[in-house]
Amino acid sequence: MENYYDLLMQDIRFEEGLKACMNCGVCTAICPAAEFYDYDPRKIVDLVQSADNEEIEKLLKSETIWYCGECMSCKTRCPRGNAPGLVIMALRALSQDLGFFVESEKGRQQLAIKRTVGESILNTGYCVHLDMIHPELHPEQGPNWEWVYENRSELVNRLGGNFKGNGPGILRKIPEEALDELRKIFEVTGGKRRYEKIEYYSKKKALELGLDLDDSTDNEYFRHIYKTNNGSHTK
Amino acid sequence: MKLEGKRAIWSEYQKEIADDRYFYVRSCIRQNFFPGSEVAFLKIMREELNKDIFEHPCHTTCSGIGYHGDVVPVETAMTVVARQFALMTEAGYSNYVPSCITSFGLYTEILETWHHYPEIEEKVREQLFKATGREFVIPGNLAHASDVIYKFRKEIGAKAKYKLINKNTGEPLKVVDHIGCHYSKMFPSKGVGGAEYPYVLAGMVEEWGGKIIDYPERRHCCGFGFRQYLVQANRGFSIACSKEKFESMEPFKPDMIITNCPGCPMFLDRWQYVINEMEGKRYGKNNEGIPVFTYEEVAGLVLGYDPWDLGLQMHQTDCEPVLDKMGIEYDPEEKNNTSTRAGMGKTPGFVNVR
Repeated sequence: MENYYDLLMQDIRFEEGLKACMNCGVCTAICPAAEFYDYDPRKIVDLVQSADNEEIEKLLKSETIWYCGECMSCKTRCPRGNAPGLVIMALRALSQDLGFFVESEKGRQQLAIKRTVGESILNTGYCVHLDMIHPELHPEQGPNWEWVYENRSELVNRLGGNFKGNGPGILRKIPEEALDELRKIFEVTGGKRRYEKIEYYSKKKALELGLDLDDSTDNEYFRHIYKTNNGSHTK
Repeated sequence: MKLEGKRAIWSEYQKEIADDRYFYVRSCIRQNFFPGSEVAFLKIMREELNKDIFEHPCHTTCSGIGYHGDVVPVETAMTVVARQFALMTEAGYSNYVPSCITSFGLYTEILETWHHYPEIEEKVREQLFKATGREFVIPGNLAHASDVIYKFRKEIGAKAKYKLINKNTGEPLKVVDHIGCHYSKMFPSKGVGGAEYPYVLAGMVEEWGGKIIDYPERRHCCGFGFRQYLVQANRGFSIACSKEKFESMEPFKPDMIITNCPGCPMFLDRWQYVINEMEGKRYGKNNEGIPVFTYEEVAGLVLGYDPWDLGLQMHQTDCEPVLDKMGIEYDPEEKNNTSTRAGMGKTPGFVNVR
């Protein structure tokens, strides 16, 4: 069994985010996620600093570490200068590296983020592109968005943009050589490896659950992880 | 606390903001949801303030939403950011101005990390060179685009065609500000007013005639929460955060909301629509919504730019109540006209918005 605390200590965010927590609970008091979810950052930090390997493994496989919204309100308030949000980011990174993320409903959602935002970064050069904000996937955007989406090219250019055009400007086409550089950065720095691990463990889990999973965003497993909420997460 | 006392506290949280020669990097979210805002910002910088501000066509996302969605490792995000710095260095600039708060927070986090751990900066330099052959100099100054508008708020105010004042009553408009979590919660000294006494937007509002509302949940997250909105199953978190803010601000009867971050105005605008659909509840006066603006939109309105050139037709919560209060003239028929006007969109990044 690997020593998870030692692995966490290799992440600079863990080293910076956790010195010696005195369990005051200010982070929990200020935390928007603790108001909504069955979530308590104080307990997470306390558990992690205990360095109990079995307990940390349970945490890495749990729903709990996926509730944080990374707003970093905890960073401002901690009287010891800790940042539970940074500890969470280190836990999430390790959970994905070890394949533990697929053991929770919230963790399995990482494939959805990888296949939307993650792929968009490498394919378009934008984290999010107007083309992918389809009204059917985003009913909360409202009826006005349907009009924006239908007329997106015309509207963006009417406002002074450069929709998919060459040169600088709003929503310009990012040149292929710039995208190639991004892809090379992902190869050299471990970004590509993270993507591959998310895919590998998700495909294993899809098989285990008996859900179809192809390479698109329109399949049983993707729809399941994107839309399913078993209702047990909130208080 | 007396207002004078607060002013004194704010004054301790100031930051250095460069005066000219800026390297501008765009926001993924702002380009998609508020394209008129970035056009207005560049027009204000170039035509109203006569500043040198450069945009490199090869810059990309900073990868920040992927980083905070936890699919992009920290080393990768650092190297993507290092590439942006390299483009700045190669173009001969050193004052870095991002249009996004997530980006600004990420840049701040990375620069602080490199400052305390030079060996990490060295590794990133090696990785960037290996991947792209590029090298970089760390920016001399890092300021969010709103910091720059804040710096020149008086110059903009001096050119104001309209004020944040109700023309019928002569009273200042009551304005809620929302600076966005990653502007200063991580590193308070890097934001005007810090995390506790946000002043970057308040300074603009006061200079342009409005009055800032200090309400209990002023500093609460809008509810983006990255994965908490990106995945449909989690969006209850997102709307719950916005709702908490609306309920907290409602008793103060705000006329409008001004925002710093590109994502926050979208959430505060759209969740008002959803709450109204779900519960029939509206939080503004006269059973209206509360119009939500970016700081560039507010600056543009003050300077007399056409609301439909600023892109206010992209909002789901109607902005007209504020336009009417300010006495801004606009053509309702033009609101949904998407046809390109003469002079629009011909020289991207250098266009006029009217």
